[in-house]
Amino acid sequence: MTDQTHYDIAIIGGGIMGCSTALRLASGGMSAIVLDQGDLGQGASGVNAGTLSLQIKRVKLMPYALKGHHLWEEMGDAVGFAKTGGYTLAFNAREAEMLHERQTMKAKAGAPIEFVSNNRLRAAEPNLTQKVQAASFCPEDGYANSSLTGQYYRGRLQDAGIPYREGCKVTAIDQGAAFTLHTAQGKITATRILLAAGAWLKPLAALLDVDLPVNARVNTVSVTERMPPLMSSVIGHATGLLTMKQKANGTVLVGGGWQGLGTPQDGRGTVNTATVKPNLALAQYAVPALAKARVTRSWTGFEANVPDFYPLAGALPNVPNAFVLGCVRGGYTIGPYIGQLMGDSILGREPEMPLFDPGRDFEKDTI
Amino acid sequence: MSDHFDIAIVGAGPAGGNAALTAAQSGLRVVLLDEQPAAGGQVWRGKSPSILSAPMTPETKAGNDLRHAIDQSQINHMSGTRVWDIRRDGDKWSLQILCDAQSLQITATSVILATGAREYVQPVTGWTTPGVIGLAGATALFKQSLSLPGDKTVVSGTGPLVFFVASEIRRLGGTVAAIVTPNTRADWARALPSMLQHPKLLARGGVWMADLMLAGVPILWGHAVSKVCGDDHVTSVQTQALESDKQGPIFEADSLCLGHGLIPQIEAAQMLGVPIHHDPALGGWVPDVSPDGVTPVKNLYLCGDGCGIRGALAAGLQGTLTGARVARDLGKTAPAPSIRAWQRAAGFGKAMTGLSIVKPKLEALTSDDTILCRCESLKRSDIRAEITTGAKSTNAVKSGRRAGMGPCGGKYCQTVIAALIAKETGKPIGAIPPSTPRPPLRPVPLGQAAGDFHYDDLPIPKPAPL
Repeated sequence: MTDQTHYDIAIIGGGIMGCSTALRLASGGMSAIVLDQGDLGQGASGVNAGTLSLQIKRVKLMPYALKGHHLWEEMGDAVGFAKTGGYTLAFNAREAEMLHERQTMKAKAGAPIEFVSNNRLRAAEPNLTQKVQAASFCPEDGYANSSLTGQYYRGRLQDAGIPYREGCKVTAIDQGAAFTLHTAQGKITATRILLAAGAWLKPLAALLDVDLPVNARVNTVSVTERMPPLMSSVIGHATGLLTMKQKANGTVLVGGGWQGLGTPQDGRGTVNTATVKPNLALAQYAVPALAKARVTRSWTGFEANVPDFYPLAGALPNVPNAFVLGCVRGGYTIGPYIGQLMGDSILGREPEMPLFDPGRDFEKDTI
Repeated sequence: MSDHFDIAIVGAGPAGGNAALTAAQSGLRVVLLDEQPAAGGQVWRGKSPSILSAPMTPETKAGNDLRHAIDQSQINHMSGTRVWDIRRDGDKWSLQILCDAQSLQITATSVILATGAREYVQPVTGWTTPGVIGLAGATALFKQSLSLPGDKTVVSGTGPLVFFVASEIRRLGGTVAAIVTPNTRADWARALPSMLQHPKLLARGGVWMADLMLAGVPILWGHAVSKVCGDDHVTSVQTQALESDKQGPIFEADSLCLGHGLIPQIEAAQMLGVPIHHDPALGGWVPDVSPDGVTPVKNLYLCGDGCGIRGALAAGLQGTLTGARVARDLGKTAPAPSIRAWQRAAGFGKAMTGLSIVKPKLEALTSDDTILCRCESLKRSDIRAEITTGAKSTNAVKSGRRAGMGPCGGKYCQTVIAALIAKETGKPIGAIPPSTPRPPLRPVPLGQAAGDFHYDDLPIPKPAPL
């Protein structure tokens, strides 16, 4: 850690968004510091299901997701990356219709998604239920190990010489010629600030009298003990309410955005048994042999969003030199890339793809 | 089954059992949930029904009395039952349980957690070799099935349990190669004033010691096991004197009973939001709780070793205090027992717990090659590498290395990992809390957690925006 207390930019939030932006800014010559109220990469970045699936990305975010996929592939073993391909399943006629409609639009947006026959599906995934009505496949799909996020970015920041402080909650921000951040570890001044605190963006922006309409979803993930091979690709459901993959060590990770309880302001969320049960039931319906696998842990993570479910990425309204990055649906996949775009924008460069104005009217379809 | 009770009690040891009896006497509907086939917990554990006659110990007698009283009461005692989740559900608690491979849900107005303790073992090279069992684990073998850990056993660890285990091995016909205890005679002398409060317990200790001395069993005071040898089974056990670091004798043996005190099982309390603090005199991290079991969480009570290691006697008394308190809080009249007896018993129990506070010299026997996390086969050097590259919390080490993500959920590695983080970062151990506990409280088969369902009835919310 350095004795310096003034930085070109202070980044509040040490998840994927904050860290990837910090790396871009440092490579562009800015002095940056990353502050996190807890440990690096222990929020949504570190507790999500790690699914890297183009089949569950929003159509308009597909170009960003494709770029994100390439960055994850480059990070490789250090983040537990595996490109397995992924199947999305429909179990009845209504779901089959939804699958066709949605995946066709995503394919048009650039994702290499195709519909596959039952025979091909069974040859690839013999442990799947016989009750599949329709299935799509994307060879780009796979996963990374989200619990390695903190370890990975800690190393990257250290290698880049970027200071970071963990357990360093920002309690107040003074505006003047520079920003003065009051933290659990003393004062820090910076010419610019980037708010990248995920589900905690709303209380953070409130320190600057900005009201961001940020809500938090409480997504649940469960994992089983090590099992013999049951599936070799990422398995999803037409509604998006199941994502499942078996890791190299044999554990099976089950997600799908089922909602737990709690709010970011109250601290950590908690699992809601009433929603874990149908999540697990759906997993068992898809792969019946999972019934015998013991569930060892279920947990939740806060996923932030705004009413139009598009990212906040750009200048914070009405506060010069303050920026915000967050609320990216599919943020794990897209995070490393949109952080680079955010960094370029702060460096005064034209980003490769457009950012998302945090000052837009969220009730209108402006994206 | 979906049934509502006034009180659900988790754990039927001395604390939970007595809490249940007291609460039931006041006329409340009580369900007592316990994993074991019979009530009694670890210390008052019952014998397997296949054993027809066995010598009677005071623990067996106390356990039999408790089991008899529970049988005679109105308590709904569900044995062989696992509680895998507890949630607040409006103004009541909802408990997910597994009983006879059936997944059930029950509800209760109040919950008492009497989850007891688990054993701590300070890892040493070879401690995961087959043939090594915990000291407390050994007592479970004796009590339930009268079986022995091996033909020739080294018994090593802290507190009174080493002498009890060694004496039981001899009584059941086994051979004790040696007793190796990090405690010194001076440690015991310091504990003596508290022990004098309980002459009966002190006298029993005297009987064990006399037996062991008459049998000529070597007792190595101020020594610890420094290495366990053997590839697929224990063949010998190396010892070391703690103060002088001198190598001690090597004992040929096919088994080793090893334990360094007990740790309160606080995960359920933590998950339900009870704050915790670190108190080495009570076995480590303990929940914030009053002597009669009241926590800051409404309608949630705790009693017994799960709120600090004070021993079975104190646990039983605290169970009674807590059962009476819950009954009064639910509007029943129940006598408020004096807390004096509990305080006296707790003083004795804490003196015993104090004997197991890990000495730096004992900690130093854990080397870089020693496995700390059994589930993931992680050595101390692996964990240290993670800490020196920046992981400063148990959660960060867990995320980076999977230490605590295996089937045990971190029960066997978190204490030693927290101590290592404290040492490497120069922070007090009280600044390094255990990793965030996650449900289920016990691993549960996915099919049983999901329960019976029809696909069309699954509550599928509307899909994500396109």
